[in-house]
Amino acid sequence: MERQAAYNYDVVRQFAVMTVVWGIVGMLVGVVIAAQLIWPDLNFGVPWLSYGRLRPLHTNAVIFAFGGSALFATSYYAVQRTCHVRLFGDGLAAFTFWGWQAVIVLAAVTLPLGLTTGKEYAELEWPIDILITLVWVSYAVVFFGTLAKRKVPHIYVANWFFGGFILTVALLHVVNSMEIPAGWFKSYSVYAGVQDAMVQWWYGHNAVGFFLTAGFLGMMYYFVPKQAGRPIYSYRLSIVHFWALIFTYMWAGPHHLHYTALPDWAQSLGMLFSLILLAPSWGGMINGVMTLSGAWHKLRTDPILKFLITALSFYGMSTFEGPMMSIKTVNALSHYTDWTIGHVHSGALGWVAMISIGSLYYLIPRLFGRTEMHSVRLITLHFWVSTIGVVLYIASMWIAGVMQGLMWRAANADGTLTYSFAETVKAMYPYYGIRLLGGVLFFSGMLIMAYNVWKTIAGRKPVDTAIPAVAAAHG
Amino acid sequence: MSDFVSEFWSVYIAAITVISIVGCGIFLKKFSIKRVAEQVETTGHVWDQDLAEYDHPLPRWWVWLFYITIVFSLIYLALFPGLGSYPGWLQWSSKGKYDAEVAEANARFGPLYDKFLKQDLQAVAADPEARQTGQRLFLTYCAQCHGSDGGGAKGFPSLRDNDWLWGGDPETIKTTIREGRSGVMPPYGGQPDAVGGAAGAKELAHYVLSLSDSPHDGALAAKGKGKFLTVCVACHTPAGTGMVALGAPNLTDKVWLYGGSEKALIETIVKGRNGVMPAHKELLSDAKIHLLAAYVLGLPKEN
Repeated sequence: MERQAAYNYDVVRQFAVMTVVWGIVGMLVGVVIAAQLIWPDLNFGVPWLSYGRLRPLHTNAVIFAFGGSALFATSYYAVQRTCHVRLFGDGLAAFTFWGWQAVIVLAAVTLPLGLTTGKEYAELEWPIDILITLVWVSYAVVFFGTLAKRKVPHIYVANWFFGGFILTVALLHVVNSMEIPAGWFKSYSVYAGVQDAMVQWWYGHNAVGFFLTAGFLGMMYYFVPKQAGRPIYSYRLSIVHFWALIFTYMWAGPHHLHYTALPDWAQSLGMLFSLILLAPSWGGMINGVMTLSGAWHKLRTDPILKFLITALSFYGMSTFEGPMMSIKTVNALSHYTDWTIGHVHSGALGWVAMISIGSLYYLIPRLFGRTEMHSVRLITLHFWVSTIGVVLYIASMWIAGVMQGLMWRAANADGTLTYSFAETVKAMYPYYGIRLLGGVLFFSGMLIMAYNVWKTIAGRKPVDTAIPAVAAAHG
Repeated sequence: MSDFVSEFWSVYIAAITVISIVGCGIFLKKFSIKRVAEQVETTGHVWDQDLAEYDHPLPRWWVWLFYITIVFSLIYLALFPGLGSYPGWLQWSSKGKYDAEVAEANARFGPLYDKFLKQDLQAVAADPEARQTGQRLFLTYCAQCHGSDGGGAKGFPSLRDNDWLWGGDPETIKTTIREGRSGVMPPYGGQPDAVGGAAGAKELAHYVLSLSDSPHDGALAAKGKGKFLTVCVACHTPAGTGMVALGAPNLTDKVWLYGGSEKALIETIVKGRNGVMPAHKELLSDAKIHLLAAYVLGLPKEN
């Protein structure tokens, strides 16, 4: 088969397999730090294993290594197939794979060494920031290059979301990582004071909005209709919620800085646009879930659809919870508590991880010339183990977080605080235990997945698919 | 408000905000159509063999949800700060709210504390109600370093003995809480080396141990005495009893702030120590400092 006549599945296969690997690594580190919160001695007195260094390693590994690899794999797969053309730039696509893996390995080395910019979700030092920029620009060239040479006139909705995610993440990363180097391993942000905080959370919240939302909505728009075998519910809804989502998300960052030195007007805007964001966020959930109308019975038997639809449910839940938490009065209780941790994980485990897992179960067999995974029963097992894990995780953190917030503000008749800080920490023990159990379950699910993936691809030759001719009805 | 360097930016922000919010509504209106034909068709576009899209109208409840958030936002912006430097109809500000809450708390709780301010510290220390409030304050402001029971930790003095680095009379304790303390011992090892290297530091450490009759090597201690009398006397006095005015500890007792082992003493001598107690005058009223000092004074002493 001539090269240009087939889809480029090499890079998709690479990213798909590494998604599983980095998922296991990132979630293992998560389990370790959850255990350290119960038994602080688990750092064994080794600085590289201390909570403060492993926590950014965990967040970077799950967001950028696991989530990032999943986004690369699915966007590269979806964009060529919906454009009916091979991926643009084979060499450049290969560079994005090796470059991104290099970034991850560098992160895994520098963060435990304590090398950090101190900016949450942007901890990597400046030389790695430059490498990220090079990889990301290459990603954009490959993605938009493929769109440019598409054989069909219309651009499929999944590609709007992938494209929006790629462009915005480039902007966010470059602006937030503006720093002045002071040696190879140290730099200072060009912003100062409250402006630095505002730029950081403009970045931080849009990392959630574009990396963890828009990108994964792109994934949803390809794999849900594919697996359900049904058309998308509403083209009109996808237009409205796409533009409303990417427009309003940009304003929401200040809600991370309520009751701080940030001027009141900026705090108000952050809160209001977070509230306006509720409907646009739910648009994606409605479009995904309603795509199943007429095929609800498939949910009973198809564990991949179970993953995809449960992911959308968690997405709907956390995008309701987020705007509520951005209301200043609610935020006064929730901010700095474990409620935030619960909220983040209902998004990260419930939405991001589950939509990725479902999509990979669809994708991986097709990359190796099979129609389904080695064991469908193991997918079902994985589904139940991870669902129970997420529920335990977020329920325990809700209780712990609300309790923390209430204990912090409880006051005696003489105006003194009812609880010392150490007492509030002590009260967290049982919930930290339940959270650890939830995390262990979710992590175990990833091990089940790794086994299933191994059995699916072991001994199989990678299979590339010929690009079909564009039918008359196409585009 | 002083957040804007010129009125231009205030107007600029306000205009963009209003246009953006209203724009969301107009955009939504443009795409909202009433329910049309019974049979909804796909758009006719197909990708990747079987990907297609229906064109259902926007769900009405969803459209209303969207409108409600827009209307709420506009009302909120009329009432609260958000449109540039316009303070909002309610004149609310986070600083104003903070000041009001503090004023209310002072009015409500102030008298509870002020009545103790008039009393002598020893009397306050014996008052059960004052002790209870004092303990609560201690657990909020002091326990992080000095421990929940005031027993201290390495680098943080115990408040349950009669050894006071800076003096233990009531007024001095209050000064310590109000102004903070900075207990600095300079490093004598490294560059320049004032103690004669590792061997010299060890001899000095053994002499210090001998002052309190702690287990030590007599021969080493004898060698260290001369160094002590040149290097350490200025703060710790020739007898090693320390100097309260400087916070220089008494070395003739067995109370050690940074540890009394040979290793810990050598580290102290070579690298120095920097003990800091923060000032609390910005955080605590005079009356609260009075109560805390009384609580500390009244803690059971163990020697």
